[in-house]
Amino acid sequence: MTQDHALQGSEFHGGPRVPGAGTASGTVLPGPAHDGADEPVQLIDRHGVRHAHEHYDGLVADVDGAELRKLYEDMVVVRRIDAEATALQRQGELALWPPLLGQEAAQIGSGRALREDDFVFSSYRENAVAYCRGVDLTDLLRVWRGNASSGWDPYTINMATPQVIIGAQTLHATGYAMGILQDGDDAVAVTYFGDGATSQGDVNEAMVFAASYQAPVVFFCQNNHWAISEPVGLQAHVPIARRAPGFGIPSVRVDGNDVLACLAVTREALARARSGGGPTFIEAVTYRMGPHTTADDPKRYRDANELEDWASRDPLARLATLLDSLGLLDADYTDAVKATADAIAADLRQGCLSMPEPEPTDVFKHVYSAPNSWLDRQQDHYERYLASFEQAPQEGSR
Amino acid sequence: MTTMTFGRAITAGLRRAMEDDPKVILMGEDIGKLGGVFRITDGLQKDFGAHRVLDSPLAESGILGTAVGMAYRGYRPVVEIQFDGFIYPAFDQIVCQVAKLHYRTQGAVKMPITIRVPFGGGIGSPEHHSESPEAYFTHTSGLRVVSVSDPQDAYTMIQQAIASDDPVLYFEPKRRYHVKGEVDEASDRSASDMGTARVVARGTDVTLVTYGPLVPTARDAAVAASDEGTSIEVIDLRSLAPIDYATVEASVRKTGRLVITHEAAQSGGLGAEIAASITERCFDVLEHAPVRVTGFDIPYPYSKLEFHHLPDLDRILDGVDRVMRRHNSLSGLTREGVSQ
Ligand SMILES: Cc1ncc(C[n+]2csc(CCOP(=O)(O)OP(=O)(O)O)c2C)c(N)n1
Ligand SMILES: [Mg+2]
Repeated sequence: MTQDHALQGSEFHGGPRVPGAGTASGTVLPGPAHDGADEPVQLIDRHGVRHAHEHYDGLVADVDGAELRKLYEDMVVVRRIDAEATALQRQGELALWPPLLGQEAAQIGSGRALREDDFVFSSYRENAVAYCRGVDLTDLLRVWRGNASSGWDPYTINMATPQVIIGAQTLHATGYAMGILQDGDDAVAVTYFGDGATSQGDVNEAMVFAASYQAPVVFFCQNNHWAISEPVGLQAHVPIARRAPGFGIPSVRVDGNDVLACLAVTREALARARSGGGPTFIEAVTYRMGPHTTADDPKRYRDANELEDWASRDPLARLATLLDSLGLLDADYTDAVKATADAIAADLRQGCLSMPEPEPTDVFKHVYSAPNSWLDRQQDHYERYLASFEQAPQEGSR
Repeated sequence: MTTMTFGRAITAGLRRAMEDDPKVILMGEDIGKLGGVFRITDGLQKDFGAHRVLDSPLAESGILGTAVGMAYRGYRPVVEIQFDGFIYPAFDQIVCQVAKLHYRTQGAVKMPITIRVPFGGGIGSPEHHSESPEAYFTHTSGLRVVSVSDPQDAYTMIQQAIASDDPVLYFEPKRRYHVKGEVDEASDRSASDMGTARVVARGTDVTLVTYGPLVPTARDAAVAASDEGTSIEVIDLRSLAPIDYATVEASVRKTGRLVITHEAAQSGGLGAEIAASITERCFDVLEHAPVRVTGFDIPYPYSKLEFHHLPDLDRILDGVDRVMRRHNSLSGLTREGVSQ
């Protein structure tokens, strides 16, 4: 398999290949869009060269040098947040962290396409999307420090808190979109999930429901090539984007390491949903450069060469090269971006370390919205039990 | 007061809830034009529109999962599961999402979803159409579980379930859909309280606790026993999670004896939970260990044998004989005063 084929082919690790699947060359075809075409939409190639695209250029015509810089800054910041959180985990301050390293473009490109009243239902890895939604940094860590079962109130940033049950959130987004339809509103529900998730019944059911009701929902699949240790080829024998048309849902494959292309395809999907065109499925072809979580050891199951290959397609590096070629990457600018990212990381750390400890009886809170006789009795007994330590005789006095 | 069947009373309650709150949406398989396989949603799509009575694609996890999304958006979905045995594909969404989202989000997201489940046996159906899965759900924190047995309760409790900000599983004993009773349609929805148990027959010797399909059977048992001079107090729990133990305890403190009967399998079932809880609370007054009269620990049997599995009047009275320390099937019917 040549390097040029890798974006297509490297995911097909297991099983026979369907003729025609993953055989496209690295050249960017002009379209057609939304037919589940195998060749990912790409506007900025791995070398940082901007290519014209007959269909998608129009969708990002407003993205000038200043806007490109903002996207770059976002990606630097979220990579820095990710690194800081990983460090906090290594230092014992977080129980676990799911890194997004390598997926910055997919998340920032799509996340920055959203409107404030759109609603996101994601998995656990979309910390950069949460950043785009304006999440409070400390809130991002509460769950992973074990201090709360959710970091934030979903309605404050119009994003549900991380979903751990693989694929379940795609149905929630679809139902939410059905509610948008009932309300006659033009907001859109956007759901994020992984390549592994596409095997789940819920994801497939979500596509059935979304198509049935023509719900304004965008399915954003980050194909990062791995579901813990299982390669995408084990989940899918044809490019994942090809499945959606079978449900009656237009789909598009996009270079998930190209922030501009991700922005363009997401904008198009959102516009379709807002104007009554129903759901769209986006497969962002990207790569999980880190472990599945901080508890994982990818050395046990994947080849270092693969990582190296994908490192050469790094989403930040290619945008930096493009900015440089446009004369927009002077040292003052990069220093300023780095300083911003470091300051945010320092805030993140500070927020983590100063998080208040929960109270023991918080465990009983919010199980129900109304008093519950079973639980009230258990809480009462437990409070009396805890109080008994205060009244307990000194050791040895018995 | 209107005389109506138990099934019609649920329909009337659904209609009232939909009139009262435009956010109430019905979702399920075949609930539109057909009115559901038991006709409980009959006429509602015609009157409220296809946007409020949704014929769902045939996928239970999909139905519950999209109901969760609708609830996020501020709706009050009422989901119909076609038959008890078809709830399992939705189990994950019910247990991991519906039940936990309020807790997970520290109260920010409410899940006012009502899940209607026609349940229980006795209708001569093939496999998967006669199950009693309530204990799976009573064991799941975050859910409320109720079962109805009488038309007035059906009418008010469906409205209370829908009005509840917590998710409610509403178990409808399908073999009782045709039972008739009086319903006061003018009553407000506080006419009966779905959180409290109801004493349906007064008695002094034995407390007989049940719910759903066996309430009429338990009542008949009480009548039969009184002919033999035994006074049975029958309690219809209505709420299965949480159980109104105050009512059960008050009764057992009077009778000193407890029999629990349900169609569901015995081990790990509600009867075990009730027996344990009442023993903890009333050990000092118990004259005999609580006795369970339940379905066997078997997959629901084929219909020719289902009435061996389902507790009936005689099996209930045999349980009553046990707590009364009279001769019974286990002691041997000829020996006096033996308890097993
Ligand atoms: C229903 C369910 N099964 C298994 C798991 C354990 N698990 C957590 S993440 C994961 C892999 C998911 O892979 P993918 O969908 O590709 O998302 P990614 O982690 O790559 O972002 C698995 C198996 C789970 N969380 N939920
Ligand atoms: Mg993956």
